[in-house]
Amino acid sequence: MKAILMLIPVALSLGAIGLAAFLWALRSGQFDDLDGAANRILFDYEDPPPETPAPPQNPPPGA
Amino acid sequence: MSTCAHCGSEIGPASDAGPDFCCRGCQGAYTLVRGMGLDSYYQRRCIDPALRPLKPDEDAGPIDYRAHVQSGEDGLDSLYLMVEGMHCAACVWLIESLLARQPGVAEARMNMTTRRLVVRWRPEENDANRVLAPVQAVGYHLQPYDPARLSKEGERQEKALLRAMAVAGFAAGNVMLFSVSIWAGDGGSMNPATRSLFHWISALIAMPAIVYCLRPFARSAMTALMARRTNMDVPITLAVVLASGMSLWETMHGGHHAYFDAAISLLFFLLIGRYLDSRARGRARSAAEHLLSLGASAVTVLEADGSRRLLPPEQVRVGMMVLVAPGERIGIDATVTGGLSEVDTSLITGETVPVEVRAGAAVFAGTLNLSGALRMVVTAVGENTLLSEIVRMMEVAEQGRAKYVAVADRVSRFYAPVVHGLGLVTFLYWVLFTAMAWQEALLTAISVLIVTCPCALALAVPVVQVVASGRLLRRGILLKSSTAQERLASVDTVVFDKTGTLTVGRPELIREDAAWSEEDLVLAASIAAASKHPVARAITRALPGVRVAEAVREVPGCGLEWGEVRLGGRRWLGVADDGAGRSGPELFLQKPGCPPVRFAFTDRPRQDAAQVVARLRRMGLAVELLSGDRAETVAQVAGELDIKQWRAGCTPAEKCARLTELAAAGHRVLMVGDGLNDAPALALAHVSMSPSSAVDVSQTAADLIFQGGQLGPVIEALQVARKGSTLVKENFVLAFGYNLITIPMAMMGMVTPLIAAIAMSTSSVVVISNALRLARGRMR
Repeated sequence: MKAILMLIPVALSLGAIGLAAFLWALRSGQFDDLDGAANRILFDYEDPPPETPAPPQNPPPGA
Repeated sequence: MSTCAHCGSEIGPASDAGPDFCCRGCQGAYTLVRGMGLDSYYQRRCIDPALRPLKPDEDAGPIDYRAHVQSGEDGLDSLYLMVEGMHCAACVWLIESLLARQPGVAEARMNMTTRRLVVRWRPEENDANRVLAPVQAVGYHLQPYDPARLSKEGERQEKALLRAMAVAGFAAGNVMLFSVSIWAGDGGSMNPATRSLFHWISALIAMPAIVYCLRPFARSAMTALMARRTNMDVPITLAVVLASGMSLWETMHGGHHAYFDAAISLLFFLLIGRYLDSRARGRARSAAEHLLSLGASAVTVLEADGSRRLLPPEQVRVGMMVLVAPGERIGIDATVTGGLSEVDTSLITGETVPVEVRAGAAVFAGTLNLSGALRMVVTAVGENTLLSEIVRMMEVAEQGRAKYVAVADRVSRFYAPVVHGLGLVTFLYWVLFTAMAWQEALLTAISVLIVTCPCALALAVPVVQVVASGRLLRRGILLKSSTAQERLASVDTVVFDKTGTLTVGRPELIREDAAWSEEDLVLAASIAAASKHPVARAITRALPGVRVAEAVREVPGCGLEWGEVRLGGRRWLGVADDGAGRSGPELFLQKPGCPPVRFAFTDRPRQDAAQVVARLRRMGLAVELLSGDRAETVAQVAGELDIKQWRAGCTPAEKCARLTELAAAGHRVLMVGDGLNDAPALALAHVSMSPSSAVDVSQTAADLIFQGGQLGPVIEALQVARKGSTLVKENFVLAFGYNLITIPMAMMGMVTPLIAAIAMSTSSVVVISNALRLARGRMR
């Protein structure tokens, strides 16, 4: 019984933390663009490259 | 055949841009992307064959973005744009990177879900047109929109739903934790004090969550009751309120059964359905609404002192003097005071042959000035333009359609009273005819409400709709209204507009029995390549990659001159108008010492138009053609596509009249159209579709919007809708069948919270998995 009395608040507060985290994420706009977020990780967003671009190559045939 | 390194479309034999590109535009775009060091785009992208290839479009009228720039308080200018032509995530990366490398750009962020782009830059370092030029050069179309006019309402509601869903999920999970222990201890291994404690904790978690999550349902139920109607939300609200109220009472009196878990998990399931539904529809709506495409062309106002000023159409006043360059869309209603030109009115009237205008002629917003510069005095703006009049007509027609009642609400009209009646009968029976205490009888009655509770029923329709609209979205068909699919399934007549719907909507050279030789065509095309006139562009399109003639002189309102050779209209070259066979625009080429050679153009039917019409007929649908164009042209297209029923020269009002006539004869009509003249008819029809090339008013009026250059989506949409409506019916049968078993059990008082919970979730799962069948499999 003692164990239960301790475990119940622990379980509930853990759940509440999860809920709070979700609501915060929602408020900060993290659910506005689900498709974009899923794909953005695949691309590098770096700063503009130095002035001299890479030496030119022939375009790949039928890219 | 090899494909273009930039746009991925096939390279024609006559390409002037070398073996790797289909046209010079693509070559330029490729060089630009490589020059910026962004060429890894080509390895990473995946081309969506259903969409327009990423080709820089020289035919698009120039949009002056400067008129739509908003200056922020932080000293940055910003522009909100809708991006068209996006294929995959690599496009997002390319657009953002291209913009980020422009001087002065502080931020460029694109939302992939809504396809909206926000650009911010420092105004002293760059201007709007220059910032956006590279993105357009690569082939994307950018359409400005006004974020202030975008309704925040939908977005806020969606967020509220998501929040409620999270709260319900949290509460349902935790309450279930206690419920399972109570069920497990039901045999007697749990002492009443522990059970009571668990009930209290459940109440503590569930009650605030229920109050919070019930609001969307309660609000809708109240609105329905106020209007003396009932909808699905009435039994939901009643069941949840009664169940939680009764459970609370039970808890306070140390009772055996509490239904907190049932009440909150019911809300959780329903909120999932609601959220998915609103998301699927919100996406379609956001893609279609609030574009400024007609208003996008800024108006050049000529001031009294001779200076010129660019103004957005809404700031133009009656009586102002306005200049319209050739190739520009006219943004206001006006009377021409100077200049000579031809005007393409196909958007307003559906007519494909350009109309000649001179001083004194009236022109309307939305038409396209073709050949010469025009000077005109504004006669109407805003509410008073022909455009607004058509919009008003459309709004009136739309009110009629709002009367359509969704299938789910029709079912609940008889379902809700039956359920409530059964609950009442159960309660009265146990109180009056047995020795049961009234509390226990009420509990039995509530269990009737809970198990019949329209969980499966309320999910039956939305789940099918979500799956169907997801499937259609992947095919480039946007479903805007929640009941469109039900309406689409019952259609028995399809009415098409001609210009821009059945046909491509732009002139193409007629090659059959032509009076010209190949040599004439080469000469004409090379001269025409110097001009932006749509008919001239059509002749260039007929022979892509032709060498551009140098030193071509454009004679406003007349044509083109290259040395002694002239290319232009009938009047300019002095050809007598015999009036025969004029079903489309034409051009004449006159070489010195030779009689003029005639090039005729026609607006060809879309590639798959004939097949689609034949398929529709095989599906048992009547096909009809209503056009604003002249009779000869319409007759020709109708003959080509084998459409027996057609009418020409229809005004918007006449189109509406014909639709009313059909409706009165008991037909359910699907209207497919794109022009402004179709907008009222689109709003009036039982259900309507528009290609995404349509003007924004029509897109607002239509229930469905389809992308791409083909008509196939009309069939796809009809098939998905029919399959969907079968699934909805199956789901209703499943839901009712389940109720046939559970209602008697509940009325006999045999349903405990455990059984209620199991029965409710299984029925929901069955209904959802049935709906998911629509996502798989081919439609043939």
